[in-house]
Amino acid sequence: MSHAATIDHHHDVTTSTGIPNKKLFMWAFLASDCMFFGALISTHLIYRLHPPPGSPDVSKIFSIELTSFSTFILLMSSLLMALAVNSLQKGHVRSTRHNLLGTIFFGLIFLGCQVYEFNHFVHEKGLTLSNSIFGSTFYTLTGTHGCHVAIGVLWLVLMYIRSFKPADPSRSWLARAIAHFVVFTITTVAGTAAVLGLVHTIQSHESLSVFIDHHLLATSTTVIGLALLTWFGFSRKPVDFGEANAIDVESMGLYWHFVDIVWIVIFTVVYLLEYL
Amino acid sequence: MDTIAPASLPTHEAPAAEKRPWIFTRPTAKTGLISWLTTVDHKRVGLMYGFSALFFFLVGGFEALLIRIQLAVPNNTFLQHQTYNELFTMHATTMIFLAVMPLSAAFFNYIMPLQIGARDVAFPRLNGFAFWVFLAGAIILNVGWFIKAGSPDIGWFGYAPLTSKAYSSQFAGDISTDLWVMGLQILGVSSVVGSLNFIVTIINLRAPGMTMMRLPVFTWMTLITAFLIILSFPAITIALVELMMDRNFDTGFFEISKGGLPILWQHLFWVFGHPEVYILILPAMGIISEILPTFSRKPLFGYPIVVFSGACIGFLGFGVWSHHMFTTGMGAVATAAFSLATMAIAVPTGVKIFNWIGTLWGGHLKMTTPMMFALGFIWMFMMGGFSGVMHAAAPADAQQQDSYFVVAHFHYVLIGGSVFALLAGIHYWFPLIFGRTVSEFWGKLSFWVIFVGFNTTFFPMHFLGLNGMPRRTAVYDGNMGWNSPNFIATIGAFILGIGIAIYFVTMVYTLFKGPKAARDPWDGRTLEWALPNPPPEYNFAVTPSVHARDAFWYEKHHRDEIAREKIQHARSESEHGGIHMPSQSWFPLLTAIGMLVGSLFLANHNYLGAISGGGLTILGAYLWSPKAQAATTCTPNLTPTAKTPTPSTELPLIFLFPLSLYLSPSSSPPIPPTPTPSIGIKTKD
Repeated sequence: MSHAATIDHHHDVTTSTGIPNKKLFMWAFLASDCMFFGALISTHLIYRLHPPPGSPDVSKIFSIELTSFSTFILLMSSLLMALAVNSLQKGHVRSTRHNLLGTIFFGLIFLGCQVYEFNHFVHEKGLTLSNSIFGSTFYTLTGTHGCHVAIGVLWLVLMYIRSFKPADPSRSWLARAIAHFVVFTITTVAGTAAVLGLVHTIQSHESLSVFIDHHLLATSTTVIGLALLTWFGFSRKPVDFGEANAIDVESMGLYWHFVDIVWIVIFTVVYLLEYL
Repeated sequence: MDTIAPASLPTHEAPAAEKRPWIFTRPTAKTGLISWLTTVDHKRVGLMYGFSALFFFLVGGFEALLIRIQLAVPNNTFLQHQTYNELFTMHATTMIFLAVMPLSAAFFNYIMPLQIGARDVAFPRLNGFAFWVFLAGAIILNVGWFIKAGSPDIGWFGYAPLTSKAYSSQFAGDISTDLWVMGLQILGVSSVVGSLNFIVTIINLRAPGMTMMRLPVFTWMTLITAFLIILSFPAITIALVELMMDRNFDTGFFEISKGGLPILWQHLFWVFGHPEVYILILPAMGIISEILPTFSRKPLFGYPIVVFSGACIGFLGFGVWSHHMFTTGMGAVATAAFSLATMAIAVPTGVKIFNWIGTLWGGHLKMTTPMMFALGFIWMFMMGGFSGVMHAAAPADAQQQDSYFVVAHFHYVLIGGSVFALLAGIHYWFPLIFGRTVSEFWGKLSFWVIFVGFNTTFFPMHFLGLNGMPRRTAVYDGNMGWNSPNFIATIGAFILGIGIAIYFVTMVYTLFKGPKAARDPWDGRTLEWALPNPPPEYNFAVTPSVHARDAFWYEKHHRDEIAREKIQHARSESEHGGIHMPSQSWFPLLTAIGMLVGSLFLANHNYLGAISGGGLTILGAYLWSPKAQAATTCTPNLTPTAKTPTPSTELPLIFLFPLSLYLSPSSSPPIPPTPTPSIGIKTKD
């Protein structure tokens, strides 16, 4: 349902300041979140200055190419997020959905890289949460950031599904929305497992049949899931989602951009600093 | 007055053709247990905060009396040392997090929206959620009394390495420290969520004409305190996360053998801990700034300076944390810098004191009970402030560190400061909240007994401290010269206890049997006194418009102008529909129960249970979200209504924020109120 383009997205007449409550809430929360990451990053930097004897050589552990790639992807996801907000402010629901899906996809690539990285560090490089203070601060800090990204992806998925809510209130939508969400979750998990499996197969120079042997379930689940998601994605009926919801997407966007900015800081002080 | 005009209910339900599964049936009870469990009314949430806080205030006071009995005579065997450790840990934790902070939150909830002319806070359900989460945290902290592990015994500061598994886990399954970690973590969620709500409310839901520099000082202090909370709690949250990682997953943040630095805990803790001191005192200063002008019959002297000083105290409060750590060897430069910054805080504090004296100067003082407590506050808080400046000097502090001199200091600012002001606030707003008049005789008697008992308890501790008596020790030898002051302090503690008992018995009696209070009994200046007592659910029948700083005084002296405006408001705005009130909900409670269950399992290192609790939390938030934007429409009986800045749509807890935006149904259209022919000039009800 596309509202007539009369909504002023920069002024809410019902509030004293004209700032929508949700946006103000999000800004205040982000101020608080700054302090969370500030404390974590400080912890990391302090311990970096006081490495106990026997600390690992960090630059031999990091794979800066991979992290640079995932950083780039995360930054580009911010562009798609901004486009999603812009589309919805103009009332373009289909375009909003496409941009939301793109943001979700890029966010998942970033998370997949992090899963791969953690796995690689623990099993190949021997860096664990408890065997060095660097491991403790590194995993806690980047893990907390990863949780923020994961929450952002969850929020994006829920917003995407929300965009299919039918305008006709007599149609039931809750059960369909829950089914949509469950399929989305299963497909995401299975897809990530399949892709990581494929990467592992290629890296260990095994043949494709080995991959199919080990990851048949994940791969087939992904394919079926994607088909179902495409089916869910076809909606010709008018929906109760439009310009009026732009503030919801905008608040989500604020959060998403913030998480990206934090990653720029983390990438600099945790990764790049080790190469100076 | 009925809170909802009966006629509006059926018409309201009719257009809601939307399908609503039974689980989303909205609770509508207006009385009884369910109405409290599902409430989103800021006044009821405030009352629940208040009653819980007073309960824990008595619990913490009882713990203090046990401590004083133990210390009454040298080498006493009344308590075991382990129990003594648990008692001083829980006394401090209870008084700070479960008594003074929530009692301030009770006033934030109840009074602040009334002072700015709002119908509720910006996110009413989130507000109810903040209370239930507070209660969950309180339960987790206190559950130790009933299990074998016992209560936390690491001090309220939880210094590393006392909290490490080597020192605090005496036997397998000793989870007292884990309970402390989870309890504080949960209380932090409650405080941050509540504060975000207050910030949005104060900035965005002010009545027309209520500019920032017309806000009552109590509302200003609420705003500053809320900012302090959202900016300082993350530090302790992260410190507790790191501690939890150490205890649950063998990380090395505070583990010396792994290269951890215990001093990091102290820094993170006091980066939170010092702003926390101002979180405790700024609301008190706000209450005092309301009471003194009312009973001096003068406007507050130097309002902008008082506001600015409050902000200044809050800002400087972030730069002084290391004065708690002067004896840790930070180096001369850091010590000097923190010493100077700490002394600088005395300046805005002193400015406030002089402004209060300026308010009293030349006023027609009415010596009521709230006024007595407020005057007591000024004197006692100054005493605590003076010894505070003494601590700011690092060389002197090195002598006073961990001695009873420090105990004397912070009890003067916490009891003589915060508690006196909160007791004054209860007396001051009692007629508004409960519609009953408290007996002046019993009120003043309780004040004098409390005042005498308090000074008898804590004044001798200055001498004990300077004579070297250390804190946090269960016994002392008889030949140290500490016997008489300790004995006097114990007697004082019991006098103080009797005073508090008189205070509470008076309050409980008044609550049930007290004479009905007239409207606006103190001839108040701020908008909350414009309301009937107790205030109706929707607060203001017609949204007030504000012309001056002391909004209600202006209203009383410009009756014709205000009456004309109200008619105009009512007429022009009634076309936009009635008053929107948020509907009640079970889900804030359900979500908080999920957090309670998950935290208890996590403290027990049962990760499956913890995940189940987390699942329940998500389920609660998920079920909560489709109800977002739902609102009931209610119409006051006698006056035509106006659409107001309605309490906004709802958010669940922060990290499940997405869910609130999800699947939100179209809100039911408001029903225009039935036009009443006799447009009330005054909202006389």
